[in-house]
Amino acid sequence: MKRDALLFVPGLLFGVGLAISGMSNPAKVIGFLDVAGGAWDPSLAFVMVGAIGVFAVFNLLVHRRERALNGAPLPGPKSSTGVSPRLLLGAAVFGTGWGLSGVCPGPAVADVSTLQPEVFAYLAAMAVGMVVAQRLFSLDVPKEPDPPTGSGEEEPAA
Amino acid sequence: MDWTNFTPGSALLGGALIGLSTGLALLLNGKIAGISGVVGRILRPAPGDVAWRVFFLVGIALGGALTFALYPPSAKLDFSRAGLPLMVAAGLLVGVGTRLGGGCTSGHGVCGISRRSSGGLVATVVFMAAAGVAVAIRSQLGGVGS
Repeated sequence: MKRDALLFVPGLLFGVGLAISGMSNPAKVIGFLDVAGGAWDPSLAFVMVGAIGVFAVFNLLVHRRERALNGAPLPGPKSSTGVSPRLLLGAAVFGTGWGLSGVCPGPAVADVSTLQPEVFAYLAAMAVGMVVAQRLFSLDVPKEPDPPTGSGEEEPAA
Repeated sequence: MDWTNFTPGSALLGGALIGLSTGLALLLNGKIAGISGVVGRILRPAPGDVAWRVFFLVGIALGGALTFALYPPSAKLDFSRAGLPLMVAAGLLVGVGTRLGGGCTSGHGVCGISRRSSGGLVATVVFMAAAGVAVAIRSQLGGVGS
C-alpha cells in the first residue's frame, strides 16, 4: 500500500504535464487535429516529441536494472506489440471519439477539477465503453503472475 | 496555420513532464502507465493491482487542478466544441476503442513508440488519422465550433 501510494508522484507530474502542454484543452486539441482546416495549430506535436524523448531515455536507463524498485519484473526495453486487426479497429474507433470530443483519457482525468459536466459525461461513457469491450471481447482478464512479455500496454502482474 | 495560439515551448515542457511521469512509473513498479490501461484494469481488477492505479489517477487530477490554479494560461479550457450528447458518444467510442486496440495516446503513442513497438506506432498513425477525419467531417457539417 505504501509503495502503491508512491505512484501519486508520477500521477501528479502527468497531470501537470497535460495541463501545461495544452492537452487538457479540448479546443486546442481539435485545433491540432484540424490539419486541413486552414487554422492548424501544430503545438501539440511538441508534446509527443518531449514525452517520447524523455521516456525513451528513461526506458533504456531503467532497464539497466534487473527489476523495478518494488521488485516487480520489468517489461523489457523493447515492446513486442505487433499490428493486428483488433489493434487497427480499436485505434480507428478511439481516434474517432478523440476527434469528436478533443478529449483522450489522460486529459479527461486531468480536467476533473474543472467540474465541467462534459468531463463527467465523457468519463462515465468511457468507463461503460471499456466494460462493454472487456465483456464482449474477453479483454483484460486478470491472470496469474507470469513472465513479462513486454508488449504494449500489457502489464505483467506484479 | 494558427500562429497566435502556437505554444511549442509549453507543449514541449508539458510533454517532457509526461515522459518523466511514465519513466518514474516504470522505475517504481515496472508498469507501462498508459492511461486507458490504468483505468481499464481498475474496471476489471486483479487482486493487489488496483491501489497504485487509483493513486496515479488521483495524482493526475490533482496535478491538473494545481496547474490550473498556479499557471493561469492553462486554465483557459474551452469545452464548447462538443455538447453533452457528443461527449457521451465520444466517451463510448474512446472506451471501446482503447480496450480493443490496447492503448491510447499515452500507452501506444508515448510509451509504445519510445519502446519501438510496431503496433504502437501503427496505432498512433491510425488514431491520429481517424481523429483528423472526424474533425474534418464535423467542420464540413457546419463547423467544429457549432
